[in-house]
Amino acid sequence: MTEPETIETTRWGVVIFPGSNCDKDALDAVGRICGQKATPVWHRDIDLEEFDGIILPGGFSYGDYLRAGAIARFAEVMESVIEFAGHGGLVIGICNGFQVLAETRLLPGALMRNKDLRFICREVNLRVERSDTPFTNMIETGRVIKLPIAHNEGSFYLPPKQLEELESNRQVLFRYCDPNGNITAESNPNGSLNNIAGIVNRQGNVLGMMPHPERRCDPLLGDPDGFDLFGSAIDYINRN
Amino acid sequence: MSSREKEPTHNPLRPGTLEEARAQTMNEEEFERVKEILGRVPNVTELAIFAVMWSEHCSYKNSILELKTLPRSGKRLLVDAGQENAGLVDIGDGLAVAFKIESHNHPSAVEPFQGAATGVGGILRDIFTMGARPLAVLDSLRFGNLDDAHTRFLFDGVVRGIGHYGNCFGVPTAAGEVNFDPAYSGNPLINAMAVGVLHVDRLMTAKASGVGNPVFYVGSRTGRDGIHGATFASEELSGDDDAKRPAVQVGDPFAEKLLLEATLELAETDAVVSIQDMGAAGLTCSSTEMIAAGGVGMDLDLDKIPLRQDGIVPWEILLSESQERMLLIARKGHEHKIRKVFDKWELQAVEVGRITEGGRFRVFQKGETVADVPAWDLVLGGGAPQYKREYRKPDALDALAAFDPLTLPEPDDCNRTLLTLLADPDIASKQWIYEQYDHSVRTNSALEPGFGDAAVIRVEGTDKGLAVKTDCNARYVRLNPRRGTILAVAEAARNVACVGAKPVAITNCLNFGHPYKPEVYYFFHEAVAGMGEACRAFDTPVTGGNVSFYNETLGQAVLATPVIGMLGIMDDVTRFNGSSFVESGDEVYLLGDANGHGLGGSSYLKVIHDKVAGEISTVDLDHENRLFDLLVKLAEKQLIRSAHDISDGGLAVCLAECCITDRRTMTGVSVDFPADGSIAAHLFGESPGRVVVSVKPELQTDFEREARECRVPFRWIGSTGGDNFRWKDYIDLPLGELADAYYNSIPDFMNRS
Repeated sequence: MTEPETIETTRWGVVIFPGSNCDKDALDAVGRICGQKATPVWHRDIDLEEFDGIILPGGFSYGDYLRAGAIARFAEVMESVIEFAGHGGLVIGICNGFQVLAETRLLPGALMRNKDLRFICREVNLRVERSDTPFTNMIETGRVIKLPIAHNEGSFYLPPKQLEELESNRQVLFRYCDPNGNITAESNPNGSLNNIAGIVNRQGNVLGMMPHPERRCDPLLGDPDGFDLFGSAIDYINRN
Repeated sequence: MSSREKEPTHNPLRPGTLEEARAQTMNEEEFERVKEILGRVPNVTELAIFAVMWSEHCSYKNSILELKTLPRSGKRLLVDAGQENAGLVDIGDGLAVAFKIESHNHPSAVEPFQGAATGVGGILRDIFTMGARPLAVLDSLRFGNLDDAHTRFLFDGVVRGIGHYGNCFGVPTAAGEVNFDPAYSGNPLINAMAVGVLHVDRLMTAKASGVGNPVFYVGSRTGRDGIHGATFASEELSGDDDAKRPAVQVGDPFAEKLLLEATLELAETDAVVSIQDMGAAGLTCSSTEMIAAGGVGMDLDLDKIPLRQDGIVPWEILLSESQERMLLIARKGHEHKIRKVFDKWELQAVEVGRITEGGRFRVFQKGETVADVPAWDLVLGGGAPQYKREYRKPDALDALAAFDPLTLPEPDDCNRTLLTLLADPDIASKQWIYEQYDHSVRTNSALEPGFGDAAVIRVEGTDKGLAVKTDCNARYVRLNPRRGTILAVAEAARNVACVGAKPVAITNCLNFGHPYKPEVYYFFHEAVAGMGEACRAFDTPVTGGNVSFYNETLGQAVLATPVIGMLGIMDDVTRFNGSSFVESGDEVYLLGDANGHGLGGSSYLKVIHDKVAGEISTVDLDHENRLFDLLVKLAEKQLIRSAHDISDGGLAVCLAECCITDRRTMTGVSVDFPADGSIAAHLFGESPGRVVVSVKPELQTDFEREARECRVPFRWIGSTGGDNFRWKDYIDLPLGELADAYYNSIPDFMNRS
């Protein structure tokens, strides 16, 4: 009899900048809920070798002073994150983490003030645009998932030509939509171009998204749609 | 000295004068007492210290004798009210909940964004300086009418300020309430409550001890902001308060977040003897309260205080209310542990003094003693003055109570009446507000704003949940302060019970006018008496709170508003109830007196008939207790699917809300519950002790048996289903129309320019 294939525990680092405030949530989601090894990574740490995936969590790194994510990109850990991503490691930036990834140019675009110039915290519907990525292999294309957003600067912007490129490269992973998956102006909470809520880089190993999947992993908090996202990434790491 | 202009060369040792004392709201008698205590005339620095510590805000001099009548201990309370920065409630497994509410009314009237933001910051520091991680913030707000542009400016600024601070800090703003009445237009009320959890064995006290122990100043630098904030809070607004902007502090939630993490890391060490937030009256209040509590003294070196600007004189340093600062007494020989943690978080931690023998608070600058005062004489519970104030029942009250609402004509169109009530900003959805607050950060928010009668928050690392809510219907208090306050406690407890938690303790924020006016003080006296009566009956002791007097503009007091912050506990956080109907085909019951009337002081009278009058309901405290027990049992045994308290707008508004508050599952209802008398009273009466629940048909028998066992009257009133709210021939409205009225009201106001 052959041994059943053992699923290895994947190892995740969650970066903590001064002012990060969703670090515990990400650690809890990947660690307690998904059962993986999740470790805090201080912004001065530069050794990421032990990790299979890195999460840049939400919050207000450095108080979001100057511009959301603008100071965090200079944190010592970020050079290591760029290197980690360059070697094909999975990087997930959530909310402020997405803003940091945009500032470091690991992802294209900028996150601007919400169109109503107000902070918005609510559950939104998202259409999953592709299931052939490390982050969505457990979610079929076109499925509508519900995740909360909580941000002041989430309006995705990219100049027209680059936006076209982003679309033709199929880098858009999540779009704000209505409960039936229609991409409408009413379902766009923050004025993002093309209702964009989350994107990946060209190589597909770096994800940035404004909605919070870590807030929808524990069933206590609502339908655990975020679980499928982390589950996909864990599965991808185990298969590669 | 109340002005920011100073003599060319300030002499901190110059003797203070009676005029200067008066300018700092100290009267002649108090000035004489200071001279007696010191055996000499105080210098200007000492005078400022006495004036601020004896201000209403710090000394509670006009309220403490009344507050002492409240039930302030109980088997779950780990510290009695007033002993520490916040009340502490045992929740088992070595954990305790720290919670407290405080006002920031006057700063918010002048500068709504920063006023509200720093209100949140201050109450958070009170919680985490005890070693507790904040789990939730709640806000109880009162404004003038939204058709007034200045009110909209204040409202918008306050909501942004609360959001700015809480969102950045990373604490869910989980619940609260908002009411609008012209009486608040010049003096809005901004009460912020924070709730945290700590390991009992890591409680950090606010009691200094250990002669020779070093005193550390930690956090942001000291500037001129907020000087005389405490005395500002102790006088009425003049209507020309823009000049008082310097008395409003500026908040930095990022700095506070770092302070939080550093403080909680320190709580894990043995390096800290005690710690206190520098809140009202800054360095002065934190130093003197800590040493007075511990029966020790302190030498403080002003030359070492980190300053933000030059030329700040001693009394300014001592009274500054610059934000995000704390005072910490370290264990001698463990200073390096303090420095290590604060270095990690890139915060300042500077040794500024030492604990001494003998109870004196001595302040030095450039080698000179600029103040030398006995700490005990400064503080509440020590030598600070305590006054018994005169009170007199206002003549108008009896006439108001004599009004009989049943003399009014019956509503000619109940549909229209219901829609009008649903669109009233007091009743309408508060989505516009809570969507500006991060209410799901930290992934413990089991029941988010808008979906239940109270917020439900998981206690991290356990299966337990906390339910929290603030309440106060000031219309009721206006008509009968004692009964109105009993109703406020009862409603807060009922809300917490509706989600499935047992009410265990309260905090309170008492917002009143000028205490020297006997008719104002009557409301205060009666409110405290009512709170005590209700809290004794419910066994929900008062763990602490805050008194805010002088809420007046141009001599006109706000409505007396004793806000109750209720804490409830549930053993299994997954067993909570929302307020919305879940599915078609469920049976709908009314718990409590089916013949409830309660039009006196109701929203119906105010909104439809522009009247705040009538006799308000009495509360059957025994019935409420049985109701709370039943609701907790129903949740634990999972026998109901929703529970919603009947309050503003009566049964009709309650049922409409059950249909539409969860927009994902809007569910209609057909009600078969005929009026036996006044239709207005039947539909819109607000008599207390009543709750609407929905029950799966197969659980009806179990549900009814449980209600019978708990001796709570119940009556089947209808079934869920359809796309309308139908109630005999009184009401028939599509859910969409109800939702439009309910959800669009506040946004429509705020979209006006």
